[in-house]
Amino acid sequence: MAFDKMELRDIEVWDGNFAAAQALRQCQIDVVAAYPITPSTPIVEGYAKFLADGYVEGEFVMVESEHAAMSGCIGASAAGGRVATATSSQGYALMVETLYQASGMRLPIILNVVNRALASPLNVNGDHSDMYLGRDSGWIQLNAYCPQDAYDLNFIAFKVAENHEVRLPCMVHQDGFMTSHTAQGVKTLTDDAAYGFVGDFKAMNDMLDFEHPVTHGVQTEEDWHFEHKARQHSDLMTKVMPKIQDAFDAFEKLSGRKYNIVEKYDIDDADVCVVCMGTSVETAREVATEMRAKGIKAGVVGLRVIRPFPFFEIQEALKGVKAIATLDRSSPNGAPGMLFNEVAGCLFNLDKRPLLSGKIYGLGGRDLTKKHLVDLYTELQANVDAGKVTTQLQQFIGVRGPKLSFL
Amino acid sequence: MSEMKNIKNLKEFSTSADRFEGANLLCPGCAHSIIVREVLNATNDDLVLSASTGCLEVCTAVYPYTSWDASWIHIGFENGSTAVAGAEAMYKALKTKGRLKQPDRNPKFVSFAGDGASYDIGFQWISGCMERGHNIMHVVLDNEVYANTGGQRSSSTPIGSSTTTAPSGRKSYGEKKNKKDMVSIMASHHIPYSAQVAPNKWKDMVKKIQYGFSVDGPVFINAVSPCTTEWKFDPKDTMLLTDLATDSLVFPLYEIIDGHELNITYRPKNVVPVEEYLAAQGRFKHLFKDEYKYLITEWQERVDAKWAMLQRREEARV
Repeated sequence: MAFDKMELRDIEVWDGNFAAAQALRQCQIDVVAAYPITPSTPIVEGYAKFLADGYVEGEFVMVESEHAAMSGCIGASAAGGRVATATSSQGYALMVETLYQASGMRLPIILNVVNRALASPLNVNGDHSDMYLGRDSGWIQLNAYCPQDAYDLNFIAFKVAENHEVRLPCMVHQDGFMTSHTAQGVKTLTDDAAYGFVGDFKAMNDMLDFEHPVTHGVQTEEDWHFEHKARQHSDLMTKVMPKIQDAFDAFEKLSGRKYNIVEKYDIDDADVCVVCMGTSVETAREVATEMRAKGIKAGVVGLRVIRPFPFFEIQEALKGVKAIATLDRSSPNGAPGMLFNEVAGCLFNLDKRPLLSGKIYGLGGRDLTKKHLVDLYTELQANVDAGKVTTQLQQFIGVRGPKLSFL
Repeated sequence: MSEMKNIKNLKEFSTSADRFEGANLLCPGCAHSIIVREVLNATNDDLVLSASTGCLEVCTAVYPYTSWDASWIHIGFENGSTAVAGAEAMYKALKTKGRLKQPDRNPKFVSFAGDGASYDIGFQWISGCMERGHNIMHVVLDNEVYANTGGQRSSSTPIGSSTTTAPSGRKSYGEKKNKKDMVSIMASHHIPYSAQVAPNKWKDMVKKIQYGFSVDGPVFINAVSPCTTEWKFDPKDTMLLTDLATDSLVFPLYEIIDGHELNITYRPKNVVPVEEYLAAQGRFKHLFKDEYKYLITEWQERVDAKWAMLQRREEARV
């Protein structure tokens, strides 16, 4: 190998972007095809600099759009090697066509998505609109709450995606700016330990194996299309979650850091609970602890795996809770909200259904404050006491003007 | 090492090891398959191919069948060039890292796309590939229309052609805009090689393809591909139409080396009037009405002017 290893301290001070870039370096990506966009740009800039300094060996293709970035990643991955890129927001939106193509072609590409709002109006700050746009794209999707997660989940992503029983692309989501640009202590792996965890890339149906020519990206109509899509869904529903769990277990052995498909916090005896993603999980945990000091038995459920959706894990986590609020950080634009709908689906057939309401918050980087969450837990306790949802089912949190409530 | 295929005659050429099967769903008389075979048969080296969405793609890789006995990829309408560029980047990466399964091979990376996928929707992707200097060849199967979707105009459709989105009618002669000059646009990316080819002039074509494979960097090839369905001629007349296209100089055959050195590679002994080329195709039928005959005159003037320009460029050696 003609690249240098990097000596890392046990704990480095990294933001989420640099943590992801370091993980990509340690995984020794063969091809990165990328296009810059705020706030994800430092990930691929980091990779480019590692390449320029001789810390990685590979090809960095700086293309002319995000659509081309994923197109190049698809070609490179089909050729037979380890491939990753990063994007956000409008870039992600431009990439959506190719996201479906990548997953349908069963190519284990890793995409770091630094979540950001979607125009219009144009906005560079964090929300989950881009994440929601691609939720049916057939990718495995992992969710980081902080820079440490952004680092660790990249290793998990490669380990799961490249497994020959899985062969599906994987996204690692982190919150724009709140995670991507906030420096925190990140516990590191040595280069050898990190690479050893993901292992060498093992090619399958690689275009560069000239003794075995392959045809990628075929045409199917009503005769075969449904079977292909059904098989992809079936693999997501049955094969992926056990592999993620295996990867979490192996990673815990290696690093001592434990990840769970659903991250439960004080949930076992909780009366009230919020379900959320990203940095809000950490804020909610802090507030839940404070609520317990006030006598409200509060808990938090964070999604670590967004796709495949952890239906039974969420059902199990929430079945004893009395009142639940989902926190959707994307405008549902005429619907209850993705998390609300998904969680409602988990709960609907329970013998004793918890009370469920949905909150829309944090659009375009608007802060979710502890005060918002104190009010929310208080409201959920009021629902418990009343035995019914005391507000309208959908409410906006933190938006100026008259209170917005629907349904 | 790269092997330059020695081709003696058409019989030997047409029966040489074939990596594109005759078993495909293209229309009888479609020139696409002829062009593809001529490109692939020009080399014995391994191939990594792509097709953008279009006639070639939907007719040659219908699951569970494939017409391709070489590595082949299709992603979408606009990004076939970038698919092959990604594969070429991976080839370089694995070569550097010593991980190629057959390190002694010298593969050629070729993307095929129609004029819609090249002149219009894939224009940016091709431009990006050319500018970045990937070692790939992009071949346009130029039938001057969106044939796969049923005959809509593209920016390659010539003036006066009747298409479904620029139809001729009581008050229209069809397409109003002249064809985009892609060979020049691509040459302006200062790529090593840019050329126009035609399947009837197979020796000229093979020579250009082989030259394209021999250079280091991106190559752009525009191949005229008469479309029996949309140009509206008898499927048995494909080569006749191609002869009319090259010999009327509507499709002059030339090359541009390193973005500036222009060589005309075929000079018809008897130049055919443009009118004969137009008269052979149903898509121009309406131009022969009295009120539109001036368009045929303008066509001839335009072709003459372009031919004069090409000759001046060639003579100037700049």
